[in-house]
Amino acid sequence: MKFNDALLGAVFLALSIAVLVTVQGYPRIPGQSIGPGAFPGLIAILLAGCSIALVWRGWRERASQPLVAIGAWLGSLPHVRNFLVATGSLVFYVLASDKLGFLICGGVILLSLFLTLRVRPRLAIPLAVALPILIHLIFYKMLRVPLPWGVLPVLW
Amino acid sequence: MLHAYAQAFALVFDPYVLTVILCSALFGLFVGCVPGLTATMATALLVPITFFMPPVPAIAAIVTATAMAIFSGDIPGALLRIPGTPASAAYTDEAYAMTKKGQAEIALGAGLVFSAIGGLFGTAVMITSAPALAEIALKFSDFEYFWMVVLGLAGAVFIGNSSILKASMSLLLGLLIACVGLDNPAGHPRFTFGNAELTGGISLIPMMVGMFAVSEILRFVVHMDPPLKLATEKIGNVFKGMWALLVKYPWPLLRGSALGTVIGIQPGSGADMAAWMSYAMAKKFSKEPEKFGTGHVEGIVEAGAANNSALAGAWIPALVFAIPGDSITAIAIGVLYLKGLNPGPTLFINNPQNIYAIFLVFILANLIMLPLGWLTIKAAKNVLRLPRNILMPTILLFCIVGSFAINNTVFGVLLTLVFGVLAFVLEENGFPVAPAILGVVLGQMMEENFIKSMIKSDGDVTAFVTRPIAMWLAIFTFVILFWPVGTWLWRRTRSAY
Repeated sequence: MKFNDALLGAVFLALSIAVLVTVQGYPRIPGQSIGPGAFPGLIAILLAGCSIALVWRGWRERASQPLVAIGAWLGSLPHVRNFLVATGSLVFYVLASDKLGFLICGGVILLSLFLTLRVRPRLAIPLAVALPILIHLIFYKMLRVPLPWGVLPVLW
Repeated sequence: MLHAYAQAFALVFDPYVLTVILCSALFGLFVGCVPGLTATMATALLVPITFFMPPVPAIAAIVTATAMAIFSGDIPGALLRIPGTPASAAYTDEAYAMTKKGQAEIALGAGLVFSAIGGLFGTAVMITSAPALAEIALKFSDFEYFWMVVLGLAGAVFIGNSSILKASMSLLLGLLIACVGLDNPAGHPRFTFGNAELTGGISLIPMMVGMFAVSEILRFVVHMDPPLKLATEKIGNVFKGMWALLVKYPWPLLRGSALGTVIGIQPGSGADMAAWMSYAMAKKFSKEPEKFGTGHVEGIVEAGAANNSALAGAWIPALVFAIPGDSITAIAIGVLYLKGLNPGPTLFINNPQNIYAIFLVFILANLIMLPLGWLTIKAAKNVLRLPRNILMPTILLFCIVGSFAINNTVFGVLLTLVFGVLAFVLEENGFPVAPAILGVVLGQMMEENFIKSMIKSDGDVTAFVTRPIAMWLAIFTFVILFWPVGTWLWRRTRSAY
């Protein structure tokens, strides 16, 4: 998805203004003329300058560059679905991993991605069961990463 | 010094370390060979595992895996016309044209042999120059460090980016991200929105995993390219005729290795830019430039050596000044800090055996590249047939575990998602990602030296340029900063007359 430079510049400009406003409230280091707001403030001013230049450039080219150019993949339903499933599976993990545990979440994520990417179900299902177990063994047993068990009892 | 080298030998030639080197070599060869998986991604995926290792094997794993990945990126380039890593993109068409002419083994052999030689060249430069540079760096104060960082960042923005404006914005965004959290000279929580996880700052590793691994996965799931097709199944002896090439092209080899090392040292530009620039240079200086693009090996000799020597070159500023030469060393610096081996000149004095061990690993990695690379080329057919629609989801699961493992919180996974999508959108809109990473890695160091210098000089800005080395660094920085403006003005005034 390609946005016009003017639009992107505006987003960056908003960000730098927000930073500038926020750092106004920061205290100074006692006895010094400088404080925690100085460095981010300086960066935000530079970023605002660049953003204005980008807005200007985008505005000049607005005739040839549409405000939002839909990339080829956004016009194709399967690709949009792939994108949503991939990002959605990370969201799902963030929300559900504590409750359901790594093994279940990992299996669900793999199975849904395999199926959306058109892996044959006969291959997808055994892989979606086996791979999370393998990764869990490596990280939980060997590297001692406390991956959550969730609803399952502690098996190993 | 000899004693330190003996210690370094003992550190590297330990069965555990050697096993780590072998495994990461195979991992690197595999990652490089699969299109869509880059050497930087290999590093980002390795970090969660190296997190649990002692310092030397951890660094050895990264060094070996990346060296291998940069070479094996040539394999799909020659066989599929798709570069395995961006560092092979410069000569992919050339290598593919050679395969079409039935010379796949020469293209791949040249890639393998001259990668190893280039890597060894860069290592030699590192071994000779890094300790000497460290001596100089010992004399640096906050002012000099401030200018070194600015110089590095300026170089990252101004060298080799198509849009300097967008590269600058990407860098500034990175510097702002580095400001998040409690870890600043005043100890004041900044931009945390009251979130306890954010007071610790944005962890580098989940961010890297997001920007280099998740964004690649997203690019894969929306890609519209036709399925991969092998150009040839037959590959002969890759070492045949290599000696003749070495005798025929000594200068391109030397030029490529030297240019690659220099590009590597320059912060922000890594192996891919080294390959592009030296391929162009090979064509310019060649006796037969008309043959370039039709399946001529000369460019592969030069650029193949350049991308591997860049890899070693990038470690020089990383070890001496803690300023990464490319995005791989940006991650590696994070690992060094985690391991308590804070990069900088004092590392050369207090822990020389660790530095020498890194040198040894570089030599070893480039030597074992020859047999292992040969095996990979033999197995390439099968590796390239591996279905990527199974591989990519599995890598996504690794990303999840890896970003969780650093702080053992699910917040890392959230960071990975946010930065993965951010990198994906930024790259689609022509913003390079490498300057942002550099900004995040160097932001804290830059701010610290800036604030300390300001306090030392009591707010007097001229103090930044009164010390001699600081003054030269400042002049150098401003030359780079105003070079594009100057050339633009020059062209305008000339065309006006």
